[in-house]
Amino acid sequence: MSTGNMNLTLKVWRQKNAQTKGAFVTYKAEGISPDMSFLEMLDVVNESLILKGEEPIHFDHDCREGICGMCSLYINGHPHGPKNAITTCQLHMRTFHDGEIIVIEPWRAAAFPVVKDLAVDRSAFDRIQQAGGFVSVNTGVTIDANSIPIPKVIADEAFNSATCIGCGACVAACKNASAMLFVSAKVTQLGMLPQGQPERYSRVQAMVAQMDAEGFGNCTNTGACEAECPKEIKMTNISRMNNDYFSAKLFREEATHDHAAGE
Amino acid sequence: MSEFKQTFNSSLGKKLIMALTGLFLCTFLIVHLGGNLLLFRNDDGFGFNLYANFLTHFPPIEVIAYLLYLSILVHALYALILTIKNRKSRPVSYATVNKSPATWSSKNMGLLGSILFLFIVIHMSDFWFAYKYSHKIVYKEYRTDLATDKTTSVAYNPVTPDFEKSVSVENNVEIVRVKDLHARVANSFSNLLYVIFYVIAMFAVSFHLLHGFQSAFRTLGWVHRKYTPIVYAIGTWLFAVIIPIGFAAMPVVYYLQSIGK
Repeated sequence: MSTGNMNLTLKVWRQKNAQTKGAFVTYKAEGISPDMSFLEMLDVVNESLILKGEEPIHFDHDCREGICGMCSLYINGHPHGPKNAITTCQLHMRTFHDGEIIVIEPWRAAAFPVVKDLAVDRSAFDRIQQAGGFVSVNTGVTIDANSIPIPKVIADEAFNSATCIGCGACVAACKNASAMLFVSAKVTQLGMLPQGQPERYSRVQAMVAQMDAEGFGNCTNTGACEAECPKEIKMTNISRMNNDYFSAKLFREEATHDHAAGE
Repeated sequence: MSEFKQTFNSSLGKKLIMALTGLFLCTFLIVHLGGNLLLFRNDDGFGFNLYANFLTHFPPIEVIAYLLYLSILVHALYALILTIKNRKSRPVSYATVNKSPATWSSKNMGLLGSILFLFIVIHMSDFWFAYKYSHKIVYKEYRTDLATDKTTSVAYNPVTPDFEKSVSVENNVEIVRVKDLHARVANSFSNLLYVIFYVIAMFAVSFHLLHGFQSAFRTLGWVHRKYTPIVYAIGTWLFAVIIPIGFAAMPVVYYLQSIGK
């Protein structure tokens, strides 16, 4: 274990489970290298806790290379810390200065109940995705990838939206705990492409309905989500989702018309 | 019917109602400012009083007026419903101040809207209600010499103060008797506290619309590289600068005139 010269004070949210109330506990993080990632710094603190026979701080992490969407942490008032367009695992301790007090909180949203300490249950996102975030394809031989022509602008926009890793930083940043940036990115990445057309209007309705059922808040277009998103998902997606939703509700056929009486 | 209800009870449906009522109220501001610019005519309120009389007696305007009152109530009610839902969506708040960059106005729409609602209640009870449903408004008589087109005005005390407007011609002089709302405006705007309240309310209009106008377009899904900059420009310059300044100028100018007298 590499040691460094940074000494920090951490105020960490500790909560046994969703049923109990949590509170902040102060820890010293000593001998921290500025080259450590934020999660590695927490690993060091946890090792010292384990050696002392205390319960380590629980936090979500997986790939630690910024692509899986598993890590979270609301650090000093910012989801994924103070730097733009990175996840917490890509945040390095050189971003902080020696002696700094760092406040670490879990994502706070009714739809993201705390599992333990800093780990929250983000399965609400999975259920939204399951409600409509898919395309139907025929089984059989694999068709050529470029058999359907797609304009580059459309492909790029869809791809940009598809870079959403579903970490939930948008919900954490939003003053209303709204999930609309996430849902709109998922709606857009499929709805813009030809392969996503058959379910385009049923998808947006199903995903928005599930989003509402999960208890997320409502978008007020403040733009905090866009600013904090580690993948720089754009708010234009929300407008696109709204457009598709209103279009689906007001102008699209969802059932064939009955024959008029007497026919 | 249930599909209809489900649409407007969804998060996006409620936002749609907010956007549509909000934009309707925005269009009203343009008309209201345009008409009230008559206050700046130096005619002892002749034009303004006739305009006030026209607004309250032209049926299509009355229909739109009631739609307007409904829009204000629906906009406020849905704002309340959405705010309660948003609060419930984060039962445990953050200990640290949310440092996510977002404009001040976008984060304080509820506060600004509450100031505006209070303002609308006071504004309407002082002018609209007093004009339509009370006898607090005095009358004025305007005599226009049809030969020279000169207008003079005198106070007029009718025996029965229950008519709105009368026009008659005697000896080539047109006599117009009308409720003198202008006098009430001038009287109200000679009160410094009243003027300060109006100016604060116009700041609230400015910041509310600085965010609200473009936000409504975003909610409707009308965002495009080509016209979104125009929406922002209109929201900023027309609705957050020109219109609030135009409205705020009325109490300020009338107050300055009143201390000059």
